[in-house]
Amino acid sequence: MNQTKNLIDENGRRTDGRNPDELRQIKITVGVVKNADGSAFIEFGRNKIIAAVYGPREVHPKHMALPDRCILRCRYHMSPFSTDTRKNPAPSRREVEISKVMRESLEPALILEDYPRAAIDLFVEVLQADGGSRCAGITAASIALADAGINMRDIVSACAAGKIDNKIVLDINDTEDKEGGADMPVAYMPHLEQVTLLQLDGILTPEQFNECLDKAIGGCNMVYEIQRQALMQKYFGNETELKEEQ
Amino acid sequence: MSSSKRSTIIVEHLRKQQMWDAISKGKRLDGRNLNETRSIEIEQDIIKKANGSAKVKLGNSEVVAGVKVETGEPFEGLENKGALILSAEVLPTASPYSEPGPPDEETIELARVVDRGIRESYMIDLDKLVLVPGKIVYTIFVDCSVINTDGNLFDATSYAVVSALVSSKLPVFEIQDGKVVDTGNKQDPPITTIPISITAVRIGDVVILDPTAEEEACMDARITITTNSNGHYTALQKGSTGAFTVEQIKKAADIARIKGEEIRNKLKELPKTG
Repeated sequence: MNQTKNLIDENGRRTDGRNPDELRQIKITVGVVKNADGSAFIEFGRNKIIAAVYGPREVHPKHMALPDRCILRCRYHMSPFSTDTRKNPAPSRREVEISKVMRESLEPALILEDYPRAAIDLFVEVLQADGGSRCAGITAASIALADAGINMRDIVSACAAGKIDNKIVLDINDTEDKEGGADMPVAYMPHLEQVTLLQLDGILTPEQFNECLDKAIGGCNMVYEIQRQALMQKYFGNETELKEEQ
Repeated sequence: MSSSKRSTIIVEHLRKQQMWDAISKGKRLDGRNLNETRSIEIEQDIIKKANGSAKVKLGNSEVVAGVKVETGEPFEGLENKGALILSAEVLPTASPYSEPGPPDEETIELARVVDRGIRESYMIDLDKLVLVPGKIVYTIFVDCSVINTDGNLFDATSYAVVSALVSSKLPVFEIQDGKVVDTGNKQDPPITTIPISITAVRIGDVVILDPTAEEEACMDARITITTNSNGHYTALQKGSTGAFTVEQIKKAADIARIKGEEIRNKLKELPKTG
């Protein structure tokens, strides 16, 4: 795509004032949906996303149940008011694909064998979209799954990197996604050091490819810290602050 | 809603064991090496009613792609670009497990990943397909039908789309008295690059290229990597419920660039048709 305007100014700042290696503001609140077994609300820049988990619970319809493990069902959905022009509430092909890659990015972290014949239902609702909603959704979803007390091997952290003005930067926002040169969303399990989601649109040279992947994983590690803090805050409250000070 | 239950072929435990044994020795059940792709047969221009077409056989996976060109309104936000619309369907003929009906999520993913490979590489220069800026543009439909499945539909479909577009002749439309008229002349499509996708899957700790259906049934994770004529990466998609290490991804990316170039050369050697 031919870029029309500069996305990095002469001071090296991006359209929203960030440095190339800076994440947007991330705030995660755990346990926001009372009825759900686990939930999380994430504000990732201007993204506002709720993730809620029900289960493990009985599978309906029953024929979907697996004898040796639990099934994970995932719905990623954007509210009609979440975008600039109203989004048709019916699930689009994009949402179907994201639901699929989201489920596949979370499954490696879950010990589904622990809950045979059951289902875990995960609902990710995008209330306001600002580019990178799949990464923010995965980040919130893995916290919601942990909040539901589901046995997990690791937390999944997600973050994108991309190319704007021929430069590799962290955490692409909406404008940069639309006008920039490439967008690479990555989900990563920080302790197991495994990549569970990887997509790319845009053009990268082999050198840029490696730089972009490394940068996105660096971003995932930063996101992980925020996820950990959010869980600690819910389960240990202000005690954690005291402990860490000691 | 996306669910982890899938209807794929079932591979017997003995057969799986054979596959793992073979792979650990660097061989595959069909005799291929780990980084060897299956033979590719391409027939272009097989559908005369279409503006371009191709049938691709990748091993036993078989896909037909057809190009149809019309005029229409541009997409919102892309007022000065032609429209490219790609669809894919796994026909009920394709396997005992495919049924007629609306596309399931795997088919939607297939169409979207193939579309991403073509679109993000700017294979077709859509800027050159505008008749009245903001109002009337060329609309290129590429529809793919999977006739038989034996794994790696991503690459088979992608090669079919690329071959069909390369073989296509677009009608020349003109505006006369405010109406769109087909002049009856033909033009070559504005092709800028040849994107080639390479799919690799991980079985245990081993990464193999171009999986068969049997290998896909045993895979832990899948990755599809598309490169353009310059050897730059233009699209990626990790699939399936497993994960990759960073080293595995970087190695697969390198192999995809080299293999992609081999297959690109094979496509270029096709006899010119039309």
